[in-house]
Amino acid sequence: MGKERATKKTKNPQAKLGKLEKRQERAGYSFVAIWVIGMLAFTLIPMCQSFYYMWFKIKARNGLQFTYVGTSNLTQIWIEDPDFIQGIAGYVWQTLLQVPIIVVFALIIAMMLNGKIKCRGFFRLVFFLPVIIVSGPVMNMLVSEGAASIPALNTQSVVSAFDTFLPTAIAQQLGTLFGNMIMTLWYSGVQILIFLSALQKIDPGLYEAAKIDGGSGWECFWKITLPTIKPMILINAVYTVIFLSSNEQNQLINMIKTAMFSATAERGYGYASAMAWIYSLLVTLIVLLFFGLLGSKKDVYDRMVKKRKRLAKKEAKLAKKIERRSVRNAKRIEKARKSRKYRTYDGSGDY
Amino acid sequence: MTAQATTKAAGPSESFAERFRKNFTKEKFHRFLFGTKEKQGFLKQFIVYALLIAIGFVYLYPVFYMFSTSFMDTSDLLDASVKWIPSKLYLNNYKDAASSMDFWKSLLKGLAIAGLPTILSVGTCMIVGYGFASFEFRGKKLMMALLVFSYILPSQVTMIPTYVLYSNMKLTGTIWAFAIPALFANGLNAPIFILIFYQFFKQVPKVLIEAAQIDGAGYWRSFFRIAIPSAGPAILTVFLFCFVWYWNESYLTELYVKGIAKSNPFWNNLVIQLKDFDSSFASKMSSGETSVSLSESVRMAATSLSILPLLLMYFFLQKYFVESIDRAGITGE
Repeated sequence: MGKERATKKTKNPQAKLGKLEKRQERAGYSFVAIWVIGMLAFTLIPMCQSFYYMWFKIKARNGLQFTYVGTSNLTQIWIEDPDFIQGIAGYVWQTLLQVPIIVVFALIIAMMLNGKIKCRGFFRLVFFLPVIIVSGPVMNMLVSEGAASIPALNTQSVVSAFDTFLPTAIAQQLGTLFGNMIMTLWYSGVQILIFLSALQKIDPGLYEAAKIDGGSGWECFWKITLPTIKPMILINAVYTVIFLSSNEQNQLINMIKTAMFSATAERGYGYASAMAWIYSLLVTLIVLLFFGLLGSKKDVYDRMVKKRKRLAKKEAKLAKKIERRSVRNAKRIEKARKSRKYRTYDGSGDY
Repeated sequence: MTAQATTKAAGPSESFAERFRKNFTKEKFHRFLFGTKEKQGFLKQFIVYALLIAIGFVYLYPVFYMFSTSFMDTSDLLDASVKWIPSKLYLNNYKDAASSMDFWKSLLKGLAIAGLPTILSVGTCMIVGYGFASFEFRGKKLMMALLVFSYILPSQVTMIPTYVLYSNMKLTGTIWAFAIPALFANGLNAPIFILIFYQFFKQVPKVLIEAAQIDGAGYWRSFFRIAIPSAGPAILTVFLFCFVWYWNESYLTELYVKGIAKSNPFWNNLVIQLKDFDSSFASKMSSGETSVSLSESVRMAATSLSILPLLLMYFFLQKYFVESIDRAGITGE
């Protein structure tokens, strides 16, 4: 009996808490309470508020005056700020192009640094340096002085080369990308470090085993390195998207800010909220896209195990069905025998 | 016996070419270039180093460009033969840029703007991270999900109502607009810091805390007496990152701390000074306070001035920055 109760308790720990657990729970709440308050006050409530603002025209004269306008804020954006709509298209392209470049570049650098290299510390220092100094105005200054493009690279020829076989919109984005190549690479400092420390945690025994089995370095990369650091690729991709979206090089967020304080009657808080929501939905969609692309599809072994389990379940179901049927049939036969509708051969006597 | 003796005797009399041929076989050369299974070949290593150095140079090109341009005077800028190294050390750019940016005052204000929220943020994030790491309570999973969600959510969504809230509380244009969210563990990038502390406190052996509790310490007491003293590296990591991110944040600083609507010029840190550099320098120039006209070398001088404090900090504390990601245990999960 006692054993049974114990197993029940481990199965469902939330059923009833002991005194100690209750006290621990209370202590836990007291530790995170400060964050919960902050979360409500500075994230969740403002979020709902800005969703509410989106449907109103807001005048900021002695307090806020709300006038309900429906979806007009959303439609107004197309008229007032065509730049914003264009900027959104550009932003999506740019992000979708930049994220893979940054992640792959970070991975390559991390792989190179992961080998037996002298002065690894020095190189790490160099590749991490931009994280320290990158801020909106500094970047703007450097970009405006033309220090952001690789000096030997002829951007114009690259763009015209792409233009011949790609749509103009994409070619243009590629052009701006190559024009600011160094800035793009500068955003990969944190990612390099994340990859590097993930690479160093891979068990070297795996590589040894693969080498004994005759695997080349190329195969090792695809079959060992990449699957092992796949979660880190996702983390880095998401980090990059978030970084690019909150970075001041990004014109959209500046447009939102200007719209917020614009003196024209059409704009203002409500209008800016609508812009912010469009923008945030977009960012979330991009993040979700990367989750979908890189998210945790469990590895082959897990999938096989799952398949086996599914098959076993099916078989068990079938066996149960057969068993039930046999029981039913046996009962029927028993019934029939009792009512003596017919006799079964019991193996004795003449027939 | 005799054969061995003869080869030994013949050894020194072999010509250099013969010895060379003997030692320098094709296989050896191949092994040297391409390596064996155990050892990397020279060729591969050479390529790796060459690539690293080349990429490193390209990577630092803007910084080199910035520093070298900032020392050039007008004639150097126009002279096509001067590309990288200025003909003489010309410091007037720095002098004018510093006076235009109000360097020392802006530096102090920048330290305050980044410092106070950082200290508050480190303290509260540590408490919250500890709470998540060492207690089980209902709704914890939901809270963690909210934590990640609040990181992914762009700050633009919450920006407008928050601004309204601050201006109602008369916080815009004061440093409290940054300090109060930090006090509630909702400062800049706070989710990352909470997660870093969460990871760190998960690795602290629970036995230590339990021992303290057996000795009669309460939950808070064991946190202050045991957890905080053992969390030195994590605190340093979070402190540095938080400081750097607050320092570099110009978008929100301009909105909240400086306050766009009734702009309070008191809270101008270096980054914001750099943002308004062109106009402020132009007004200085028109009143005749500068000796040079606005040129790219002055702008580069201003840029290098604005990143100088962080660069100095980085070179002194680089070990902690670079090892931070390892310590934070992002990759441990």
